[in-house]
Amino acid sequence: MIFKAKANKALDRMEDPRETLDYSYQRQLEMLTQVRRGVADVATSRKRLELQMNTLRKQQGKLDGQARQALGAGREDLAREALGRKATLQSQISDLEGQYHSLQADEEKLTVASQRLQARVEAFRMQKETIKATYTAAEAQSKIGEAVSGISEEMGDVGMAVQRAQDKTAQMQARAGAIDELMASGALEDVTGPPRDDIQAELDALRTGPDIERELQRLKGEIGGGQAREIESGAAADGGAAASDGAGHAAAAEQPQAGDGA
Amino acid sequence: MIVRILGEGQLQVEDSAAGELNALDAALEKAVNEGDEGTFQPALTALLDRVRALGTPLAAEALKPSDLILPPADADLAEVAALLTEDGHIPG
Repeated sequence: MIFKAKANKALDRMEDPRETLDYSYQRQLEMLTQVRRGVADVATSRKRLELQMNTLRKQQGKLDGQARQALGAGREDLAREALGRKATLQSQISDLEGQYHSLQADEEKLTVASQRLQARVEAFRMQKETIKATYTAAEAQSKIGEAVSGISEEMGDVGMAVQRAQDKTAQMQARAGAIDELMASGALEDVTGPPRDDIQAELDALRTGPDIERELQRLKGEIGGGQAREIESGAAADGGAAASDGAGHAAAAEQPQAGDGA
Repeated sequence: MIVRILGEGQLQVEDSAAGELNALDAALEKAVNEGDEGTFQPALTALLDRVRALGTPLAAEALKPSDLILPPADADLAEVAALLTEDGHIPG
């Protein structure tokens, strides 16, 4: 488990060891850019998860409201359905929350690593200038060796941390993309969208249904025995119009051809 | 000696601690070699905790290579096994 630090091969390739300093410094600046990009990538993924969680939570809130409404109307079956869908959403939200916290931790770690690398790159730059100004090519060799292998180890470490975070982020993005796709395709709406509409339609029917029923009863009561036939056909047409206004299932049951929503 | 915990940075640890750390390292190495998930995580945590307790963080301007490099705290068994066989890293 205890590893020896990797020797820097770049040193052997350079004719003048002082060139190594500039080469290495260049690599360090590139690495810093890469690390900052890594931090930004993780932050982007985190924000995307945040948006998805907010969307799911909002839908959950709606389902909760519908469950209350359904219970208030004495429709325990509908309330049960709404609560069931809410529970399904909850498991998705919990999953996203886990991913979110993991990304948040990665982001913090990478931010610290990036600051540490930046401090070391700055230290390297100063040592580099000192070495170039003070030593001849022959003298520089030993001075450079330690600084270069020290900083390249740091870069290796930070590079590995970025790689790990990016691998994890890529997996999460694939899953987040799947949720986005599900939302777009409507498959997830089986849980959140149309089902809500189904529930809403029945709740609406509960509200408007009795009105239509009362209306029908009133009309039926007004209709006397003798003229009944002629007028009844007219009243039925009115009832049908009311049904299409209110999407009432009760009216639809009376007049299947008028219940356009069925 | 200088010890790096990947993802955390370098620490200066007294050479006299080498024996104690080697024992903890041996336990970790055994867990990895045996593929034992149950003992791997506690062994890794024990080793890193001890290094953190014994060591003092190296200053940023000290650009020195480490004598020992240890896996990150959140590494899993497969990652550590991969680190051991990777080119350039020689098991101690």
